[in-house]
Amino acid sequence: MLELVVISTLNGVLFGMLLFLLSSGLTVIFSMMGVLNFAHASFYMLGAFFGFQLTKWIGFWPALVLAPLLVGAIGMAVERYGLRNTHKHGHVAELLLTFGLAFAIEEIVSMIWGKSPLDYRVPALLDFPAFTIFSTNYPAYKIFMLAVSVIIFVALLIVLKRTRVGLIVQAALTHPHMVGHLGHNVGRVFMAVFGVGSALAGLAGVIAGPALVTQSDMAASLGPILFVVIVFGGLGSLPGAFIASLVIGLVQTFAVALDGSLASAFGPLDPSAGPSVLTDIWNVTIAQVAPIVPYVLLVIILIVRPMGLMGTRES
Amino acid sequence: MSEAVTGMTAAIEVRAVEKRFGNVGIIRDLNLTVVKGERHAIIGPNGAGKSTTFNLISGHIKPTSGEVKLNGDVISGLRPFEINRRGLSRSFQVTNVFARMTVWENVRCAVLWATGQRYAFWKNVDSLPEVRERTAQILDDIHLTHRRDVPAGLLTYAEQRELEIGITIASGATVVMLDEPTAGMSHAETDRAVALIRRLTEGKTLVIVEHDMSVVFGLADRISVLVYGHIIASGTPEEIRRDPKVKEAYLGEEAH
Amino acid sequence: MTKATNSTSKAGADTSSGSLRFYGVWLIGIVALIVLPMIFSSGGSLTSFSLIGIAIVFALSYNILLGQTGLLSFGHAVHYGLGGFAACHMMNAVVSHGWPIPLPFIPLFGGLGGLVFAVIIGWVMTKRAGTVFAMISLGIGELVASSSLILRSVFGGESGITTDRTALPKMFGWSFGPQLQVYYLIAFWLVLSAIAMYALTRTPLGRICNAVRDNPERVQFIGYDPHVVRYLAFCFAGFFAGVAGGLAAINFEIANSAYLGAIQSGFVLFSTFIGGTAYFFGPILGAILVTYLQLGLANLTSAWQLYFGIIFIGIVMFSPGGIAGLVMMHRPLVRAGTLWTVIPSYLVAVVPTLALACGVILSIETVARYSGGEPIDLFGIGFKPTSPVTWVAAVVLVIGGAFVARLSWRRIAEAWDRAATVARDRGYLA
Repeated sequence: MLELVVISTLNGVLFGMLLFLLSSGLTVIFSMMGVLNFAHASFYMLGAFFGFQLTKWIGFWPALVLAPLLVGAIGMAVERYGLRNTHKHGHVAELLLTFGLAFAIEEIVSMIWGKSPLDYRVPALLDFPAFTIFSTNYPAYKIFMLAVSVIIFVALLIVLKRTRVGLIVQAALTHPHMVGHLGHNVGRVFMAVFGVGSALAGLAGVIAGPALVTQSDMAASLGPILFVVIVFGGLGSLPGAFIASLVIGLVQTFAVALDGSLASAFGPLDPSAGPSVLTDIWNVTIAQVAPIVPYVLLVIILIVRPMGLMGTRES
Repeated sequence: MSEAVTGMTAAIEVRAVEKRFGNVGIIRDLNLTVVKGERHAIIGPNGAGKSTTFNLISGHIKPTSGEVKLNGDVISGLRPFEINRRGLSRSFQVTNVFARMTVWENVRCAVLWATGQRYAFWKNVDSLPEVRERTAQILDDIHLTHRRDVPAGLLTYAEQRELEIGITIASGATVVMLDEPTAGMSHAETDRAVALIRRLTEGKTLVIVEHDMSVVFGLADRISVLVYGHIIASGTPEEIRRDPKVKEAYLGEEAH
Repeated sequence: MTKATNSTSKAGADTSSGSLRFYGVWLIGIVALIVLPMIFSSGGSLTSFSLIGIAIVFALSYNILLGQTGLLSFGHAVHYGLGGFAACHMMNAVVSHGWPIPLPFIPLFGGLGGLVFAVIIGWVMTKRAGTVFAMISLGIGELVASSSLILRSVFGGESGITTDRTALPKMFGWSFGPQLQVYYLIAFWLVLSAIAMYALTRTPLGRICNAVRDNPERVQFIGYDPHVVRYLAFCFAGFFAGVAGGLAAINFEIANSAYLGAIQSGFVLFSTFIGGTAYFFGPILGAILVTYLQLGLANLTSAWQLYFGIIFIGIVMFSPGGIAGLVMMHRPLVRAGTLWTVIPSYLVAVVPTLALACGVILSIETVARYSGGEPIDLFGIGFKPTSPVTWVAAVVLVIGGAFVARLSWRRIAEAWDRAATVARDRGYLA
């Protein structure tokens, strides 16, 4: 049991940090531009596929740098040629544009790389067990993932607290309507923020690709969870996004690891009752419920605290 | 006018209201009485909290402490639509109409609740005689009948301001609050708007925020002066004109 | 059906010719629905018409949210799917209990299925509008879709719930076995739902929905609670989506988790938005086009969904009013008689725009078929995806087409502005 707790905590924090790599970019973009980038998870997927392809061509380490840059460049192009032109039609149009993009990116990826999972391997340098707890070998690659996300987290903190751009971003988070007063280079700031946010998502994709499954539906399956994270944390709140990322990462990891059901805890129901909703609920394992846990959390937070955990804004 | 006398006939009573945003007190110990049937202007320098006062009374924001009464009933803490249903209607400083709907639709929507249509989904909105007549009357009153089929977003600025007033009075509320109705208008347009306001609020209680002093002194029965979220003087235009505190805090400042 | 949802009623003073035209359009639509299967009577076209009918009801229900009330939902298929399941369970219950309920009443129970869920979850969901509502609808959609796989006794797991529509009591001697009878059943419910949804736009609630869409803040100050308005709109949309789901269940004789899923939700969003949300007939156009393309393209290319994505992005960026918006843009020009000044520039633009489209298609198909090597058939001309000739042709068409097309589009814009100015001067709004 203790083994399970330790391993699941490690995995949960890791998943949470990955979620934060994505949700932080999404939150900053939303706060500054008012656009909820539906295609954010697609940039994550692009990161994984670019990472895979570049690893095949030039090796993992150059890919780790190049793939996020590529994704960042695509993000900047989307902002410059897509969102900026759509802005005049309002936020719904912008959201729909990113929705269409997410759809198109998934189709393009499955067109080029196919629909089945890719053989995206952990680099040989990191392919060894870092340590052994009880009987489980914990892979070094996961430690590497954790280290990368923590480094990015710290770097983000420094940029936000210490640089001019960081101050602008912070101001935008608390006073979104002030963004308009940034002056004539507001377009460049937006493009840069969108690019960096996309690049971070791409980086998350590159490092998560070998550990999780690299497949053309990975954006569609992660995207909704990502949106749960930022609504749960409170739209526009970075600390909220951080807490929500960790909470959802941990809760989901633990749920997957637990195999119990009501039936295993309290014994099976009387079989003569026949199949019903009750027997379904009674027999389902926690692991089977894991995919819906984030959404249940979403409904609960909406009832209890509609603004989200740390949210202050109405909309 | 003493407090005891106005207590019976007050349309709006604001008692010891405070509003803080974080640690910043925007409104401090605000006391204001608007007598039924009078035209009451609130004036004050920029940033004095005039719009915040409007928002506090109309339920747009909730006071941190203190209470607001409408016709003797406490309304602070109620939602805006609940306050509106009790007979208080307000306009906005920034034009706030239904941009994609026509002028006719704009006014008609504002008439619907007051004529008891509520959320009806079983009635044809075009075949409600009372709604139609009232809408036509208001369009006529605000001189926009010839523009009835134009989407509100395509009106000229002055026309939008007139529509704004039309929407505000459409419900037939007895207490009407207008937030800078003549802002940004030319002299001729302002004169027209003032005449319009005077005519449309006949027999009603009017609270108006206005920067144009000629409008204020020409229209108001009584004036309250708001400075840094606090009413420093209330009285007839003559009293306000003579008040040394007002001269120092506001009118004097204007003269420079 | 060509009447704009937010066009003004000429209250009372309406000329009889106006109302004649209005009823005429509806009548023509109904007659077309009756006559269509007599002209195109093959099994394939009957199936297509049935699917299009269902898609129209679904898209119109979605537009109650998006076009009327300004609510962008990413989970509208939840109501469609639950309607489908409700209809299947009801049909099976009718058969096993011997209730005297004939098939044509079943879509009503589908509607109730969609409505009940909307009533339960809607109050929490519609607390907030805008982006938050969009995200919540996405989350609820995922929640229901995932839950449907867990609650096997209700949703039948992966395989779904099957039913037999011919086992229900007969009505007018119809067994509803043949597709033609099912088509008429769908057409009947299509007309009924379309009239009901159109009527909804003409009620006090329908108008206040428009007001909430335009300015939820101001609505509060004319006595209405925008939350209640959004909730009611959500319930109506849920009901009619459920009717569409019930029709689908009758048509396919099955309901499964795919009915509820994100793909179905995306499909209705595409249909509605491509058709145009500002006019009542927009979603009808969109549903016809998208369903037709879906049926037609799927046989032609494996990348058909990508074309949808591209069409959708194009509409969002260049014509957010959708096809209906594009069509209605020309109404003042037609009335003012200045349309003819624009047409030459349209004709000029056709060639480079087509070249650009061909270039894009060629590029996509080259990538899609590169590994397989099947030839591309573009308007009778064969291209090999592995041949450099194809690549060069694609690049030339895309770059050259884009360059010339942009110039021609600019000319359209100029010609259009001139025509619109004249129309405005003549007193027609543009």
